[in-house]
Amino acid sequence: MMQPMHGSKRILRPVRDWFVWATLLLAVFLNMIPFGRLYGVPDWVALTLTFWCIREPLKVGMGAAFLLGVVMDVTFASVMGQHSLAYVLLAFTASGLARRILQFSLLQQALQILPLLLGMQVVMLAARMSVGSEFPGLLYFLDSVTATLLWFPLTYLLLLPQYQPMEKDENRPI
Amino acid sequence: MSVVGHQPPPFFHRGPAPFARLLFFVALSLLLLVLDLRFHTLELARQIVALATYPLQRLASAPLEGHDRWNNYLSSFATLEKENETLRHQQLATANLLLRQEHLELENQRLRALLDMKSRQPVSSQVAEILYSARDPFARRVILDKGAQHHISPGQVVIDELGVIGQITRVFPLLAEVTLITDKDQAIPVQIVRNGLRSVLFGAGAGNLELRFLAANADVQIGDVLVTSGLDDVYLPGLPVAKVVRVDRDTTYAFARILCEPIPGVERHGQVLVLGRREALPPAPQEPEVKEKPGKGRKAAK
Repeated sequence: MMQPMHGSKRILRPVRDWFVWATLLLAVFLNMIPFGRLYGVPDWVALTLTFWCIREPLKVGMGAAFLLGVVMDVTFASVMGQHSLAYVLLAFTASGLARRILQFSLLQQALQILPLLLGMQVVMLAARMSVGSEFPGLLYFLDSVTATLLWFPLTYLLLLPQYQPMEKDENRPI
Repeated sequence: MSVVGHQPPPFFHRGPAPFARLLFFVALSLLLLVLDLRFHTLELARQIVALATYPLQRLASAPLEGHDRWNNYLSSFATLEKENETLRHQQLATANLLLRQEHLELENQRLRALLDMKSRQPVSSQVAEILYSARDPFARRVILDKGAQHHISPGQVVIDELGVIGQITRVFPLLAEVTLITDKDQAIPVQIVRNGLRSVLFGAGAGNLELRFLAANADVQIGDVLVTSGLDDVYLPGLPVAKVVRVDRDTTYAFARILCEPIPGVERHGQVLVLGRREALPPAPQEPEVKEKPGKGRKAAK
């Protein structure tokens, strides 16, 4: 994954491990901000996890998804296993589709992310409705839509450290 | 380019196949779900994770708290004066009741002693603050800023200045989780003030409550106030809970459909009171034991 997209002529620097984990931790922090019952607040962890699963499927995978899911279950005060199940399925699908998704331009990528995130929400909904929780209303799915809109800026933000050259060299083309 | 899901050459060892890993983690997640929903045995794990993430959590909710504090600081002199005025008026209005309450309580105690009834227990209480409402969209819960360190335990009742808002369902070392009365899994025994009709109130979703299993001709009217009946050893009797807003009597069903609206500001932020535990009532009289072998019993009687 040394290019922003497969069609791009630009070559990226390799990703640093600490940066991947720091962004995931930041996503956990953003999810902890108490928005109460406001609709349309994206699930930052799901979004960042999808991004790294597509970009670096060998570094971030289902194990990380499971751990993040457990942390989210506790912070969201939901049933244990609800988020981990949804995140594991999301990570599997995202890393399986990684090659195909990176063929597209960023806006087309976002269109492919939307069904992934919606599928994740449907898994959570199914897990909770099967034990008789209340239906949160159709606005619940707005979270995925906002997350999809953020795909474009998020890609640039998270790839930013990889865009910088290691040392300045006037004679080198990239 | 190396990608998960594509067979690598055998000399690059990468552990189990993605599908096998998926099955493993899905099975683990399902195990967690079942353990938590059916057996409730994961509270310790939950507490450990909650304690580990507590600093991050407080940091994340700091802007909200800061915003509240800043608003308080900036509230103008005029608003404060007005509020002060209303509070003083309220105090005067309730002074009459308050002054007589002590007298009435003493009288009540004496009367109860005369009648040889069990005296009402005084109940301790603690003030706590609602930090934020939990982000789980499938349930209605709020988080309080006091926990096991402040001797809060599951099952305690939480009220605000108007009535019952919920019950503590989960306690962390420094935080506690309150399930609101509007949650779908929450039930609360109530009675109607007007006629003393007892029933159980359930959460109905969308911030409403429902009185279930009352006959279609039950004496319930719109505007009836429901208070706790105190028959459950948990809630104190007489705390306001809800008001009836709609009664549908459809004769094709055996039960009336009665929708209620909570009286207290259940979905609002602010300070609440956590009531101490009630002492359990004496156990219900046991059913007389059925003699297993009547022949033996007859022999013993002889």
